[in-house]
Amino acid sequence: MGTHKKHGFWHRYFFSLDHKDIGFQYLLTAMFMAAFGGFFVYVFRYNLAFGPSDIPLYGDLAAKQYNQLVTNHGAIMIFWVGMPILLAVIGNYLIPIMIGTDDMAFPTLNKISYWIFLLSCIVLLSGFLMPTGAFGGGWTMYPPLSVSDFGYNNPNTTFWSNFFTGNTFFLLAVALEFISMLMGGINFVVTTLNKRAKGMSLMRLPLVVWMVNIANLLFMFSVGPLIAGAFMLLMDILVGTGFFDAYRGGDPILWQHLFWFFGHPEVYVLLLPSIGAVGEIISTFSRKPLFGYKMVILMVIIAAILSLVVWAHHQFVSGIDPGAANIFSLLTIIISIPFAGMVLSYLGTLWKGNIRLEIPMLWALGMLATFTFFGGFTGLHLGSNVFDIYAHDTYFVIAHFHYTLFPTVFLGGFAAFYYWYPKFSGRMMNKTLGLIHFWGTFIFFNTIFIPLFWLGLQGQHRRIYNYSAWNDLLMQPEHIMARQIATVSLIFLLLFQFVFLFNFFYSLKKGKKASKNPWEANTLEWQTDSPPPHGNFDPYPVVQRWPYDYNHPEKELDYCPQTES
Amino acid sequence: MNTKQLKKPTIKDIPQGRLGMWLLIAGEFVIFGGLMVSYLLYRIRYEEWAEMASHTNVILGATNTFVLLTSSYFVVKAHQAAQHKDSKKITMYISLTILCALIFLVVKITEYSQKLHHGFTFSGKELAASGKAIESSYWGFYFLMTGLHATHVVVGAIVLFIVMQGTRKGKNFHRIEIAGLYWHMVDLIWIFLFPLLYIAH
Repeated sequence: MGTHKKHGFWHRYFFSLDHKDIGFQYLLTAMFMAAFGGFFVYVFRYNLAFGPSDIPLYGDLAAKQYNQLVTNHGAIMIFWVGMPILLAVIGNYLIPIMIGTDDMAFPTLNKISYWIFLLSCIVLLSGFLMPTGAFGGGWTMYPPLSVSDFGYNNPNTTFWSNFFTGNTFFLLAVALEFISMLMGGINFVVTTLNKRAKGMSLMRLPLVVWMVNIANLLFMFSVGPLIAGAFMLLMDILVGTGFFDAYRGGDPILWQHLFWFFGHPEVYVLLLPSIGAVGEIISTFSRKPLFGYKMVILMVIIAAILSLVVWAHHQFVSGIDPGAANIFSLLTIIISIPFAGMVLSYLGTLWKGNIRLEIPMLWALGMLATFTFFGGFTGLHLGSNVFDIYAHDTYFVIAHFHYTLFPTVFLGGFAAFYYWYPKFSGRMMNKTLGLIHFWGTFIFFNTIFIPLFWLGLQGQHRRIYNYSAWNDLLMQPEHIMARQIATVSLIFLLLFQFVFLFNFFYSLKKGKKASKNPWEANTLEWQTDSPPPHGNFDPYPVVQRWPYDYNHPEKELDYCPQTES
Repeated sequence: MNTKQLKKPTIKDIPQGRLGMWLLIAGEFVIFGGLMVSYLLYRIRYEEWAEMASHTNVILGATNTFVLLTSSYFVVKAHQAAQHKDSKKITMYISLTILCALIFLVVKITEYSQKLHHGFTFSGKELAASGKAIESSYWGFYFLMTGLHATHVVVGAIVLFIVMQGTRKGKNFHRIEIAGLYWHMVDLIWIFLFPLLYIAH
């Protein structure tokens, strides 16, 4: 330690074993993928508001391309932006420095999981270069749509002609991404259990470390059936087996079960690290101990277990037994209780706190507000099968899940990013630009999706490429207006991200130097240098207390680092 | 005062390699579990599949079960030898294990060629064309599950070989135990697959 050698570009960004460098690699890759996801949504939203011809920066959009862009937007934003940022970046960068150790338990495995992740990005994007084009059957890959034209439906195809299709590449990319995240997850859990600093008992772990680990375990136990299903679907496409072919006795609904058994917990896999980071930030900037720390952990474990038995609420119109639908509705609504408990404990932390409205705090509050009020409450509506059957496949559903995932991935992700930026770069971010970025993102995010709630209740269907073909289908002036408000807001939202990009690179070079502990926080990562040296700590910290001792009555300062006795 | 007695064992006392392997095994079981549950759901639904299952070769399957169980015994012996850092014995027992893996694969290939010879292919297109559409899907599961398992046998044998090479240089003896855990998992999955696919008519 201390003898940190400066490595060259290739060494640092491709071959480094240091958890901080690998976390940074994940971050850059995810930002690169987010650019694709953002561009795709711009193109198809522009089409929905202003028609498919002459889209600036793109040209004309055909119906098939529309499907491809929608499919890949969904998959990229969840699997290649949300998962790497919330699991891999937070897990890689924060776990070792928050538990007070030098690196992950298996550094080589960590590097390999990044490489597999990078490979999965390349495989996904090369799907666009295939002769049949990228996959356009929806990110949920429901058969028979995902198998049609190949496999059992077409006797004229061969193994290789089926292999070089968007469908196969999409499926392979998702499978590789899962393998990468599984390997990363094993690494995180073992690191947390096995490499904690002296005195760091489980009940002294920062909340975000708990959350990343619960999310990883949840991911490990839910993704298996989907990997099994992915093998089956891949074989249906490549060699023409009949796993999901109704004529051959296969059941397409089985895929939906396997997919959503993973797909619903996946939402919590994304949510937990994000809400964990928000908890850290709220406690730090309220200058108060986290209210109900143990209760939050307990609630999250309950929610994680419950999330494994609610999957069929995605299938209320797929022909499942109405009796089963009632049970799944009930379980889905029950799951809101642990989350309500969690939100309550965050509000309890804010209550009478000495609140400092720094930029990370703004993002955290924005996340909590939009996620709870719009995402959570509309989730209650959709969780009930009575309402869901009416609203299914409308823009109401789209607005609902964007109100859960956008706050989770982006508002929570930016909160974490602005909070830990001084630690990983050693410099402060520009506050004015941060304010512009926050308000631009927050306002336009809401003006995108509130019109979509209304359009959905009016009956606007999700999967239609161009409404002008049906003049009686929501082509009244107010409907067109609502679509245009959403699209224009989206364009502004995307433009405001350039402020962030500028701030990111500008502050990296020109930002004010950050001290060890610019936010006056308690957790271990703030007790080492910014940025932490290779090896993180010298000497290793000894933990004396839990991480949220703000305004301790016996202390002079309003915070008390975990290493202080 | 003997302070050592007061210390309770904690989770940190588990070597991290073993902990990681346990998590990997848990993940593998969920994957195979997904396949097995899907198979069982179809199997309960279709009477026709029982007739297809009777075409599997129980004798060869039982031979393979015996071979894999024997190989697990050798791995345990190798683990014992590793505790005494006896690399000669390790080499012998791991070689025997790998030999068992090879026997397993040879038997597997024999089985596969028999099935293909009788027109039971992976895609099942031939069977479906002859009017047995529902029956044909059974062979998809048969080949997918046994094939995926055989892939694990190959990977396990390669891992054991690499670990054995390491111990011959006199280092990383603990890895025998971790690779052995993986090998037992491969064995255990076969114990599930054999009755599901071969025995239950």
